[in-house]
Amino acid sequence: MLYNIRLNITHRYDQPAAQGRHLIRVLPRNLPGRQRLAMHLLTVTPELHSRRETFDFFENTVVTCVHSEPHDEMSIDLSCHVEVSDPAPWSDLSPQVHALRADWRKQIDLGPDSPLHFLGGTQRLTPDAAIAEFARAWFDPERTAAENVLRIGQALHDEMAFDATATEVDTDPAEAFRMRGGVCQDFSHIMIIALQSLGIPAGYVSGYLRTLPPVGQEKLEGVDAMHAWVRAWCGIAQGWIEYDPTNATLIGSDHIVVGYGRDYSDLAPVRGQLRSAGGQVNSQAVDVAVLD
Amino acid sequence: MGTADQMQGRDQPTPLDALVRDYAAKVARGSAHSDEMLLPDGTLRPVWADFMAHLAGLTPDQIATRMGRGNQYLHDAGVFYRQYDAESREREWPLSHIPVLLSEAEWAEISQGLIERAELLDFVLRDFYGENTLVNSGQLPPTLLTKNPAWLRPMIGALEPGEAGLNSVSFEVSRGPDGRWWVISDLIEAPSTAGFAIENRIATSRVFPNFFSRAKVLRLAGYFRQFQQTLLALKSRVEGEMVLLSPGPMNQNYAEHAFLARYLGMLLVEGEDLAIQDGQAMVRTVDGPRPVSLIWNRVPSLMTDPLELAPESMLGTPGLLQAVRDGAVHTVNMIGAGVLETRALMAFLPSIARKRLGRGLALPNIATWWCGQEAQRAHVLQNAGAMMVGDAFSTRPLMADPATVALERETGDPATARLVEMLETEGHNFVGQEAVTLSSTPVFEDGAFRPRPVCIRISLGRTDDGWAVMPGGYARVSASDDAKALAMQQGGKVADVWVLSEAEVAPQTLIATEDTLRERGSSDQMLPSRAADNLFWLGRYVERAEHHMRLFRAYFARIADGAGHDDPLHAYLRTRLLPDTPPEAKAIADHFTQPLELSLQTAARVTDRFSPDGMMALRTLVHDARDLDRRLVALDDIPGKVSTLLRQITGFAGLVHENMYRSHGWRFLSLGLSLERAANLAGLLAACLDDDAPEGALDAALEIGDSIGAHRTRFLISATGASVADLLGLDTANPRAIRYHITRAKDHIAKLPQKGHGHILSDVAARILTIETRLAVSAPENLTSEELATIRYEIWGVCDALNASHLG
Repeated sequence: MLYNIRLNITHRYDQPAAQGRHLIRVLPRNLPGRQRLAMHLLTVTPELHSRRETFDFFENTVVTCVHSEPHDEMSIDLSCHVEVSDPAPWSDLSPQVHALRADWRKQIDLGPDSPLHFLGGTQRLTPDAAIAEFARAWFDPERTAAENVLRIGQALHDEMAFDATATEVDTDPAEAFRMRGGVCQDFSHIMIIALQSLGIPAGYVSGYLRTLPPVGQEKLEGVDAMHAWVRAWCGIAQGWIEYDPTNATLIGSDHIVVGYGRDYSDLAPVRGQLRSAGGQVNSQAVDVAVLD
Repeated sequence: MGTADQMQGRDQPTPLDALVRDYAAKVARGSAHSDEMLLPDGTLRPVWADFMAHLAGLTPDQIATRMGRGNQYLHDAGVFYRQYDAESREREWPLSHIPVLLSEAEWAEISQGLIERAELLDFVLRDFYGENTLVNSGQLPPTLLTKNPAWLRPMIGALEPGEAGLNSVSFEVSRGPDGRWWVISDLIEAPSTAGFAIENRIATSRVFPNFFSRAKVLRLAGYFRQFQQTLLALKSRVEGEMVLLSPGPMNQNYAEHAFLARYLGMLLVEGEDLAIQDGQAMVRTVDGPRPVSLIWNRVPSLMTDPLELAPESMLGTPGLLQAVRDGAVHTVNMIGAGVLETRALMAFLPSIARKRLGRGLALPNIATWWCGQEAQRAHVLQNAGAMMVGDAFSTRPLMADPATVALERETGDPATARLVEMLETEGHNFVGQEAVTLSSTPVFEDGAFRPRPVCIRISLGRTDDGWAVMPGGYARVSASDDAKALAMQQGGKVADVWVLSEAEVAPQTLIATEDTLRERGSSDQMLPSRAADNLFWLGRYVERAEHHMRLFRAYFARIADGAGHDDPLHAYLRTRLLPDTPPEAKAIADHFTQPLELSLQTAARVTDRFSPDGMMALRTLVHDARDLDRRLVALDDIPGKVSTLLRQITGFAGLVHENMYRSHGWRFLSLGLSLERAANLAGLLAACLDDDAPEGALDAALEIGDSIGAHRTRFLISATGASVADLLGLDTANPRAIRYHITRAKDHIAKLPQKGHGHILSDVAARILTIETRLAVSAPENLTSEELATIRYEIWGVCDALNASHLG
């Protein structure tokens, strides 16, 4: 599948911002055998003082943008072509969860893909009794780890309502779970905490969703902005699997990966600091069209 | 020669043997522990003998008087710490005046152990951010890093091969019941030690001046001189300034940051003073941005860069981490070094030491067990009676952490049962530590010596010749018999530590030289824009307070004479000069009490640039004004009380002009005073020269403008519009005239850095000259109310221009 992705993020400031420095994480990753960034153009207006591309610890592409002239609006435009392969047929090689725990305890690799980074311990991913209880209720020790990931993801999807007005970007996952509502970011954080409470390493994935579904299928939730979902580590043989709790689906060729991290803070599309006094209004628009 | 007082006990020296006996009895009453002054058999340790003999020759009253001298020094020098209570007030530095004495031989042993530990920790740190051999070889469980918020992933790979991660560390050590020394905590991120140690030393040496000058106490200054060399060497790798990055005046240790910056010739900055420009760290100064080559980082690592670390941090500098990774700026300790404070690490250091050094640690740390391993967890549970349990990832010393739980299993206690369950299921989040018993040291309270738990804090700095150890200076003494009360926040005290040499102490390190390092460095002429802004506003707030005090006094003097709030003059003054103010004493007083409070807050942000005398004068002033605020009832008293305040505030302004060194900082303070006064006078005159002004407005203007006497001298007539306009507006010799202050402001502005280019004046210089010219060519009768309102507006324009050019 070849996609044409267009993204616009605009920040409008009440008071002109004297200077600005932003880290931008919006470029799709190259994932050998699965996803290839064929071409891309990332433009930022007004004109940048300097720009630099680096990789973060999790090997996501980070574009650092510096503005030095006063401006009252910043606009980020991405246009890119991404080739996504169809996923291999689903097969479950994962052990039961108690064996999975023993699997990651044996790990000593601290590289960016190591499950050891995804056991919790960030500010957003604090253990929560209600989420852990929910996870326990759906957990079946007789089944494999991957089956449990799908069960809990499906249960969470059924339990929660997609509601773009219920939460803010910094809403605590425990609070979103209490309200049983939120957006993809909340669904994902809650599922990560639920899986971690069972000893299943889990992380946050940011990316894009195909805007129009294939003929005869329903439109997915969350196509109007950047999307988020979950990946879970299911043992040495299975490795990482990705699941979208907002749409209760395993990840196939409708999802395009931008970044892997522990939670939203690792992957915020724009993280910035300004010298400015007033507030700001942000908007985001995404279109993911199939090219062939 | 005798006096009647000599018959009382406090005037009698206590014989040494009685003193020791009395103290030994108190030591023996506590649980089994060591004492710093006494040997286990209750006799004096030899190193204390001379000192105690000296004390035994003094009466309790004499000792108390000497202790007062130490307090006086600390007060005068402005040594404070910040109490984190509801009001977050500054408190007097809690010095326990009796130093802790240690022999040089014992000190050498402790030092060797700490040097070994510092080197080992540096190795561990480089491994954590480098090869990860400790995890890969199974010496350390990986989750101690991967679940650890203090392990900062953006810093992985940031150190160059062979580059030290640590250059400055502190440790806390204590003598156990068996007499051996133990490391209680590793203080890596921003330990308060070295600066306060100097203050402890100066204060304590004033308490015992005669004894100190002949005792062979190892001096502290040499340590700083060595460490300054290290800083200079680190700095020299890149072109630029050395700065000490502080979280700011709300931090408990701000006084130390200010002191160290002055002492070592570094620029004291906060995160917002720094900016990254074209990959280079810059400090915003009144001279424009200047490159920074070395940062002594006293902000917690996690808060140093909101872009890559804690996003909510207001203390950091966006982009700093990238600049550090690029090698464009260096830090004294690497950002991320705080991971070494992780409590659970103490469980693994002994085995890491054995593997690396081929033997155990020379100076052990508190026995610690990580409950993520089955055998260790079992040990903790089996020895529950002697254990404390707490968060494995916490960076606070276990004994100082309120969240610590003593793990004594009491049957049927649900909390304990829950804890045991948590250890089983989430053991990797917990450590057990042996409950420590600290040694005791004498304090002098209520006329007698009493033993109190103590631990010693020791600073180490890397030098060309390896690690240098600061020889003493800092011990923490508990407020009670409870070792948990060591923290100052819980009433704990601080004492000097004297290491007594067997040899003569080298003469160049006498106390007088403790001050010599201060003179070096360029920090005095390099003024961060934020500091300049604070000094400018300090001047403005103080002047605003004074103006409104005079207004208040003139207003209430008339009230006291029987006038009402609704008399024409009063109603007019309120409408024109005090908008939206109800006719109440409290509301009108707010116009000066609020700027006074703000002036103190502003001064607290620039204590390093502002004299201790000035701070003290301001504190007293604010304190007295608060007092007045509470007692604003007896109307008759008000003018008199306010006159007292006015004398104080005039004294403060005098201090600024008579006692402050003519630095850029002084210039901004004085500019703030002058521009604010000129603007306030313009406002006052605009009101009182208005055609609508009621009867008596001219006299009120002279009174508020403090120029009644001058008017009598110059004009010998009753006030007319022209005479008042001349005296308060155009006079070049009256320090209560607009013109006088505009000229003074113009002179200051001419001496500021970043003047115009060639013959073209800078914006701010052009604006002030325009105002001066307006006044210079004006005749008194032309200085109308409208003209004055314009001048006032133009003065604010000068402030805005100054803000844009120098203060932003």
